[in-house]
Amino acid sequence: MSLVSFRAALVLSALTGVGAVPAWGQAAAAATAVRILPVRGHVFVLQGAGGNITASVGRDGVLLVDAGSANTTDQVLAAIRQLQQRLDQREQPLGFGAETRSSVAARYVEAPPKPIRYIINTHFDPEHVGGNEKLRSAGKTFTGGNVAGNIADAAEGAAILAHENVLQRMTTPDAGETATPTNAQPTDTYYADTMKLSHFFNGEGVQLIHQPSAHTNGDSVVYFRGSDVIAAGDLYSTISYPVIDTAHGGSIDGVIAGLNKILDLSISEFRTEGGTLVIPGHGRISDAADVAYYRDMVVILRDRIKSMVDREMTLDEVKAARPTADYEPRYGAQTGAWTTDAFVEAAYTSLGGGRRPAPPARRPAARPGR
Amino acid sequence: MSTRVHWLLGGVVLAVGFSVSPVAAQVDFSGEWAPRFWEDQPERVPGPDLGDYAGIPISDAARLRAEAWDASIQSLPEWQCRPHSADYIWRGPSNLRISKEVDPVSREVTAFHAEWLRSVDRAVYLDGRPHPPEDALHTWAGFSTAKWDGDVLVVTVTHLKEGYLRRNGLPRSDKATLTEHWMRNGDFLTVLTTITDPVYLTEPLVRSTDYELNVGQQIPPYPCGVVQELDRDSHKVPHYLPGTNPYTTEYAIRQGLPVEGTRGGAETMYPDFAKKMKTLSPPRKPDPPPAAPATPRARAN
Repeated sequence: MSLVSFRAALVLSALTGVGAVPAWGQAAAAATAVRILPVRGHVFVLQGAGGNITASVGRDGVLLVDAGSANTTDQVLAAIRQLQQRLDQREQPLGFGAETRSSVAARYVEAPPKPIRYIINTHFDPEHVGGNEKLRSAGKTFTGGNVAGNIADAAEGAAILAHENVLQRMTTPDAGETATPTNAQPTDTYYADTMKLSHFFNGEGVQLIHQPSAHTNGDSVVYFRGSDVIAAGDLYSTISYPVIDTAHGGSIDGVIAGLNKILDLSISEFRTEGGTLVIPGHGRISDAADVAYYRDMVVILRDRIKSMVDREMTLDEVKAARPTADYEPRYGAQTGAWTTDAFVEAAYTSLGGGRRPAPPARRPAARPGR
Repeated sequence: MSTRVHWLLGGVVLAVGFSVSPVAAQVDFSGEWAPRFWEDQPERVPGPDLGDYAGIPISDAARLRAEAWDASIQSLPEWQCRPHSADYIWRGPSNLRISKEVDPVSREVTAFHAEWLRSVDRAVYLDGRPHPPEDALHTWAGFSTAKWDGDVLVVTVTHLKEGYLRRNGLPRSDKATLTEHWMRNGDFLTVLTTITDPVYLTEPLVRSTDYELNVGQQIPPYPCGVVQELDRDSHKVPHYLPGTNPYTTEYAIRQGLPVEGTRGGAETMYPDFAKKMKTLSPPRKPDPPPAAPATPRARAN
């Protein structure tokens, strides 16, 4: 299945929750319960809902990085409720957002935890944004004043934050895709290099950092600055070669730049281990050393494929040369959503493969007499 | 039978009873241990040669990765200060301290902690705790639990970060698991490690390493700072493109060995491979470079 048709199928499934889902997506979503893995403090990762969901669950409410697939939202909501109940049993720390006023006095009867307030989309992929609509509906935006006065439904549902290219992608679907429902679209977008929540949330700043032309043209890395946790979206995976959506602005050089940006943000705790923790779009919790191994691999494979592009090898010749052979048992796949061939093709295309330069113009004949 | 004989037999039974360790035996591994280099000395100090993969049951993929490996990668900021992983550090040249955690009520040993000069703390839990979920963080030390098998402590290690089988570029994947057998014989500690790696090994890799008790030993602090070592793009990743690594046959040429004997693979672990080696030819030494023509200046001098 080509990347385009694969994505079209995923989009359809994300919107409907049923139907033309590729085999792996449906099986993984239906058969697997959502699992909760603690990351650090009030930050958790929810797995088994398609892409990884990073969740900040605290006194200020719930902030989700990505929303999983459409057909797993009930399980995601159940996992969030479980985390909120745990929260009630914890001792109340100080210093949270203004509306929580947790520092005013010790209270022995807890107010119900606040709902989902933010959903951040790291990019547009159905297994990351499929749950937008339902999770947003389960949440709430805290607002007031002129906003609430002028926009009647401003408080309805959680806010959805993303780079503006995600909104662009949702509102201008590819041929065969259906437009994303309005309630599943980002409510707040940004077009600059970065976007910050305007206030602390669950005791820390949260920053979205745009990485252009990487997995797609709308990637955001989300940095929890107090917890020192980075949600990398599909810039980083521990289960496959990077997925590069060249049809929507992705490139292997952009992926490498994004991985380097994550490394530049990261500080290890001791001996290049621990410290900043990185949540991949798919796979296991990581730190800078893991990201460095992955970055090394992507650079090495990029350099190999680039050298073949420079020698004007065709795509078939590059595939036959097996530039990924040494990483194949770890990251390769012959079947499924993202095969080795698909990765090689995406890397080849984004490095200019197949676009042979025009032959040099013939020199004009020397003028007689010169 | 006299009372004296009864007492004698009873004493023998008691003595045997005490000498045979129960299932929950508790041998004390805590102490200061100095490495003994009775096995594979050159590989450990000064270190393996480039291109020497003999005796390691590597897969083709592992060999290819090793041939792309450039030692300069260790100058990258993200590579500096990395310790050896749990499976390799036994083979490092540094001294070892093992301490024990004791439950204050039951007085059972609930964990051992192994610490080398340049390592992280390696905890080995004996309290029956489960291993973390597969997608939890992987570390250099991995996650270790242990059970007693008589006097032998059998340790299971999971959650390892990627590491190396030999520190000349032979990779060990983060999918690998490690089983250790810790055995103490008086003042000697022998550790048998068995690495299973579905990615880069075709058979388990088994190695044993010895240490000797050294009561006067102190492990000094070993801080490590990351610096910019070279004036180059900090994001450059040194490596060799396929077929361009000039060092892959260097070891074979210097030792006069057939190249096939240095390429590793399960075959090279077994005695029968010696017969095959006799049928192979060592590589021809490269011709020395032609002497540079003497310059007029040199002639003048």
